[in-house]
Amino acid sequence: MNQVKSSGFTKQMARNMFYGGSVFFILVFVALIFDSERRIPQRSNAEAITPAVIAGKKLWETRNCIGCHTLLGEGAYFAPELGNVYPRRGPEFIKAWIKAQPPHAEGRRQMPQFNFTEQQLDDLVEFLRWTSKINTENWPPNIEG
Amino acid sequence: MQVTSVKYASQSVAKYYFVAALALFTAQIVFGLTLGLQYLLGDFLFPYIPFNQARMVHTNLLIVWLLFGFMGSAYYLVPEESETELYSPKLALALFWIFLVAGALTIVGYLAVPYAKLAELTGNDLLQTMGREFLEQPLPTKLGIVIVALGFLFNISMTVLKGRKTSISLVLLMGLWGLALMFLFSFVNPHNLVRDKMYWWFVVHLWVEGTWELILGSLLAFVLIKTTGVDREVIDKWLYVIIAMALITGILGTGHHFFFIGMPGYWQWVGSVFSAMEPIPFFMMTVFAFNMVQRRRREHPNQAALLWAVGCSVVGFLGAGLWGFIHTLSPINYYTHGTQITAAHGHLAFYGAYVLVVIAMISYAMPVLRGRVANSRSAQNLEMWSFWIMTIGMGVMALALTGAGILQVWLQRMPTTGAMSFMDTQDQLRFFYWLRMAGGVGFLLGLLAYLGSFFVGGAWDEATDGNNLKAQRA
Repeated sequence: MNQVKSSGFTKQMARNMFYGGSVFFILVFVALIFDSERRIPQRSNAEAITPAVIAGKKLWETRNCIGCHTLLGEGAYFAPELGNVYPRRGPEFIKAWIKAQPPHAEGRRQMPQFNFTEQQLDDLVEFLRWTSKINTENWPPNIEG
Repeated sequence: MQVTSVKYASQSVAKYYFVAALALFTAQIVFGLTLGLQYLLGDFLFPYIPFNQARMVHTNLLIVWLLFGFMGSAYYLVPEESETELYSPKLALALFWIFLVAGALTIVGYLAVPYAKLAELTGNDLLQTMGREFLEQPLPTKLGIVIVALGFLFNISMTVLKGRKTSISLVLLMGLWGLALMFLFSFVNPHNLVRDKMYWWFVVHLWVEGTWELILGSLLAFVLIKTTGVDREVIDKWLYVIIAMALITGILGTGHHFFFIGMPGYWQWVGSVFSAMEPIPFFMMTVFAFNMVQRRRREHPNQAALLWAVGCSVVGFLGAGLWGFIHTLSPINYYTHGTQITAAHGHLAFYGAYVLVVIAMISYAMPVLRGRVANSRSAQNLEMWSFWIMTIGMGVMALALTGAGILQVWLQRMPTTGAMSFMDTQDQLRFFYWLRMAGGVGFLLGLLAYLGSFFVGGAWDEATDGNNLKAQRA
C-alpha cells in the first residue's frame, strides 16, 4: 500500500480522472451532436424528403435489406452497396432487378422476391435517389461502391 | 476433496444465466457457419433461410447471450462484492425466464415469418424501429428488453445500496445503467437517414466502445482479484485509469463512424484523433492482467479462469485495439469502410473483449456454483485446450477476412477507372472465404470442447491435483 502511495498517483486521483474526463467529453460530444443536428438538413438535402422517400425508407427497413446490403457503407457485406446504386444503375434497372428476383442461378447468391407493387417500387427508388444525394464527403471512392 | 459453496445463496441464480448464455452462444456459432457457407454457396438454404435472416439470428443471438452473460456475472459478483444477499433472487429468476422466452420467441419469429409480416404482426407501424442492423427486434421485444433491464438494474442497485460499496460493483453498475440508457436510442428512428444513422450509433458504438468497456473492466478486475489475490487498492486504481481512458477516447471516438454517412466534415478529425487513441485502454488492460498475475499472492487452483482472463486482455487488445486502429483513420477508412476489413475487426474484437470476459467469469464462477473451488485438473486441461482452439480458430477467421478485405479494397475500391464490381470482386475472394470457414469450424470444435469440459473429471482435488500443480511449478 505504501508503495502505491509513494508512486504519487492514488486511486482517488484515478477515480477523479475517470469522472472528470467522462463528464468533460460527454459535454463536448453533446455540443458536437447539437452542431451536427443543425447542419444535417442542408447536408442531406432534407427538404427533398418527400412522402415517397419516407415510404421507401420504411420498405427498406421492413424487408431487412440491411441484412445483406450496405447503405453508405453500413450493413452486411454480402451484397452490393446501395447508397450510390441510383447513379450506378438508374431507376429502371433497379426496378427491373428487384422484380426479376430470385435469379435461381445455381450456387449464386440469391435475393428474395418481395412482390412489390409499382407504387412501392417507385417509393424505394425515390428513397435510393434521395440517399444518393447525401453529402458523404465523396464516399464511396468510385461508382462500384 | 475440497468442498466449497457460494458465499451467498442468492448468487446461485447466476447459474441459469450462464447455462442459457452458453446454449445461445452455441446456436450463434451454428448460424455463423451457415452464413460463412452462404458466402461460398450462394443458394445454400435459400429460400428457407436467406442470408439476411440467418445474419439477424447470428448477431441478435450474440447480443442476447452476452447480455445473459453480463447479467449472470452481475448476479454472481454483486452479492459477493456487496457482502449481502441479492435484493430479490425471485425477481432475478422471473426475469430470467421472461428474457429467455422473449428471446426465443423473437428468434422463432425471425425464422418462421417473413420479416415484413413480422413487422406487421408486432405493431411496427405504431413506432417504426425495426429493420436497422442489430436493432431488428420487434417493438414488443425491444420493450421487453427495457422492462427486463429495469428490473435487473433495480435488483442489483438495491443490493449494492444495502451492502458494501466497492469500486468494482460501482463501475459495473455504471456500465449496466449506461447500457440500458443508451438502448433507449433504439426507439429513435427519424425519417432522415443521416439522423437515423447518427442515433443508431448512440446504441451500437456507445455500447461496445463505451458502457460495455466499464462492464468488461469490472468483470476482469473481479476475476483477477479472486484468482491472484492482489490488493484491491492496486486493482481499483488500474480499473479507474482503464475506464477513464476508455471513455475519454471512446466517446468522441464515435466520430469514426461519422466519416461518410452525411455528418459534418469535422468528424473526420475528431473521429480519427480520438479513435486512434482507443487502443490505449485495451493495451492497459493487457499490462494490467500480466502485472497482476506477476504480483499474485496466491496460487488459485482455477488456472483455467486465469487463462481466459489473461487471454481476454490480449485478444481484446488485438481485436478491438489493433484491428480497430488499422482502419480507423479517415483517409484509410475511406477505402476500407464497409469491406471485409470491418468484418475481421468485428469478429476478433467481440470475441477478444466480450466473449472471453464472459467465459472468464463463467469459468471462475461455475465451479463455485457447482460446489467446488475449481474443476479437476483434467477438466481444466480440456478447458485450456478449448481456449486455444477457439482463439486460433478465431485468429484464422480474422486473418482470412483481413486478406479478403485487403484484396477487396485493391480490386473494388482503389482503382479510379475500371474498378471491379462488388459481385465480381466477391468471386476473387473465395480462397479467403474458404479459409474463414475452416477457422469457423475450428472455432465450433473449440466451443464443443469447452462445453465438454463441464462433464469431465469432477472437482479439484487438493491431494492429487494440488500436488501435481506444485510439482509442476517446482
